[in-house]
Amino acid sequence: MTKSVRKNTEQFLHLYKQMVRIRTFEENANQLYLNAKMPGLTHMYIGQEAVAVGVCEALENTDRITSTHRGHGHCLAKGAKFKQMFCELLGKAEGYCRGKGGSMHIADQDNGNLGANAIVGGSMGIATGAALSAKLLDTKTVTVCFFGDGATAQGLWYEVMNMAALWQLPVIYACENNGYSEYTPTSEIAAGSLKARAEAFGIESHKVDGQDVLAVHTLTQGLVNRLRNGEGPFFIELETYRYHGHHVGDINRSYYRTKDEETAWQKDRDPITNFGRWLEEQDIANSEELSEIASNIHAEADEAVRYAIDAPYPNHGEVDTHVFAGVKHALPYISGGRIGS
Amino acid sequence: MPCPISVEAGLDHEITHSQAVNEAIAEEMRRDSTVILLGEDVAEAGTPFKVLSGLVEEFGTERVIDTPIAEPGFMGIAVGAAMTGMRPIVDIMFGDFLFLIMDQLCNQAAKTHYMSGGKLNVPLVVRTNLGATRRSAAQHSQSLHALVAHIPGLKIALPATPYEAKGLLKTAIRDDNPVVIFEDKLSYQMKGNVPEEEYLIEFGQANLLREGSDVTLIGTSSMVQTCQAAADLLAEEGISAEVLDPRTIVPLDETAILESVRKTSRAVVIDEGHQNYGVTAEIAARISEKAFYHLDAPVIRLGAMDVPVPFSPALEDLTVPTPKLVARKSLSICRGELVHDA
Repeated sequence: MTKSVRKNTEQFLHLYKQMVRIRTFEENANQLYLNAKMPGLTHMYIGQEAVAVGVCEALENTDRITSTHRGHGHCLAKGAKFKQMFCELLGKAEGYCRGKGGSMHIADQDNGNLGANAIVGGSMGIATGAALSAKLLDTKTVTVCFFGDGATAQGLWYEVMNMAALWQLPVIYACENNGYSEYTPTSEIAAGSLKARAEAFGIESHKVDGQDVLAVHTLTQGLVNRLRNGEGPFFIELETYRYHGHHVGDINRSYYRTKDEETAWQKDRDPITNFGRWLEEQDIANSEELSEIASNIHAEADEAVRYAIDAPYPNHGEVDTHVFAGVKHALPYISGGRIGS
Repeated sequence: MPCPISVEAGLDHEITHSQAVNEAIAEEMRRDSTVILLGEDVAEAGTPFKVLSGLVEEFGTERVIDTPIAEPGFMGIAVGAAMTGMRPIVDIMFGDFLFLIMDQLCNQAAKTHYMSGGKLNVPLVVRTNLGATRRSAAQHSQSLHALVAHIPGLKIALPATPYEAKGLLKTAIRDDNPVVIFEDKLSYQMKGNVPEEEYLIEFGQANLLREGSDVTLIGTSSMVQTCQAAADLLAEEGISAEVLDPRTIVPLDETAILESVRKTSRAVVIDEGHQNYGVTAEIAARISEKAFYHLDAPVIRLGAMDVPVPFSPALEDLTVPTPKLVARKSLSICRGELVHDA
């Protein structure tokens, strides 16, 4: 173990940094909301960092993911940059989607992120279709479909799992079970076992501690390697916890969960604290080095936030661009056909 | 300007609407290996209408993919495949099943290009059908094109002849956007001429089928034939009707419609979708807004009756506009009769 730990020092530190990046991004996003600088709402990923990082670190840049309304973590873990993400959150022209998507629709094609999705379970078909492409085009790339426990109630999942299993598609269905389907405990919306549902389609399924980045990463890496060799699909249930509410405005949560429960997860099962402690125990980094990692990331985030606040909004002329590929402005096009096409 | 009337002159092979669809898909699949076909019973069965017979033999089961009966699932898969390098053609066996794929079509496919700021494209075609009077009752007879035409980001094509079925479908397959193409299921055996050589029909170009001076009949899909028959009836009454087929309703060749109506000063819009909030309402509104001062009569809408499609032939036949109805309404406005109580 010690030898391989040494060998992987850089990677372990990277896992840590990535988790800190996500938490830092989210803390800033929450602050932007509280300061009324961000239009609309957003859904905090804080608490679930080990899931996105553990999974995405097993992927290549060309591999694909689909994400959810709680998607900032997946986006960052797949390689997105602070500046363009904050710009998108604030509806600025330099955002990943030119301000047209916002928090719930960040797509980052260059890093294989096919987009967050504001329909719960809405991307399950898209992920499966990306896997179909990979198989037909023989690209050897894999796709990870992130979704929450709430999305397991959507019928779409069962339809696409059926086809993915029939057609042996290179896709991992990664269910982040954070215990709550919006404002309702998962126990009230999910009968039986989630893992058994995937197993019913003959899909190999795993359950892992989603607060343990190494466990998540090791499991995912093994499955990704097997997907590249033609096996699959797979299902993983990742047990995790959402520190904040369903969205930033969900402050009073006592009607659906206790303060004690929230405190216990944060105190005992925080993915960053626990992995940091492990890094120290393994002599991979000391507490000063970990603090320095965090302060560098905080500084980067501060700068990105300032940049995004000052960045320009899109020109009004962009309101009807990107409605159709190959059509500059949609409005004259749809009512005139040849005009503006 | 609309296409000239002579556009179908000199065409040299006669095929059915069904064969036209089949030829379009086969040609595009030969031309582009990323074109794939997904749907229920599309492979060996060739669909219940036998429109796709022979394709799986030529292109194999990797590209002509029989799916489970799970429309949202395979529609979603097509969206993801389209975003990552394929050009899927999704077969929705009956237009009525569009309701099953609404999220994947309207929330996902239609909005992905926009929401991603132009980064992601969804080049896919949904092939489905419309049309009543097949005695198939309320869940296999609807004409739901207005429903999807309402959603920005989708293009909607409504072929009326084998020539249009082939040319519009080929254009749809090559388009980088989601396109929904509705075939009139009663027309699959209708014959028409198509050229031997390859051709495409550009979207947003209406087809002027018949020139006239008294009234413009604007008909879509199954109603194009109805308009032509109505024009014959009107001719017997000494009324000269112009017949215009928009071919696509998104984009819509508004220019051709307005030009024609400014010339004739009267318009009747005929479409097999329900009349309430439908395609006829949209086109009539545009005429009223943009050609009002050229009009000599109110614009008349003739859509399908606003009831679920009944099974009994005695009732079903009442729900779809007929040549007689179109002619009667046209005659009324041409004669200056009061068509609606003021």
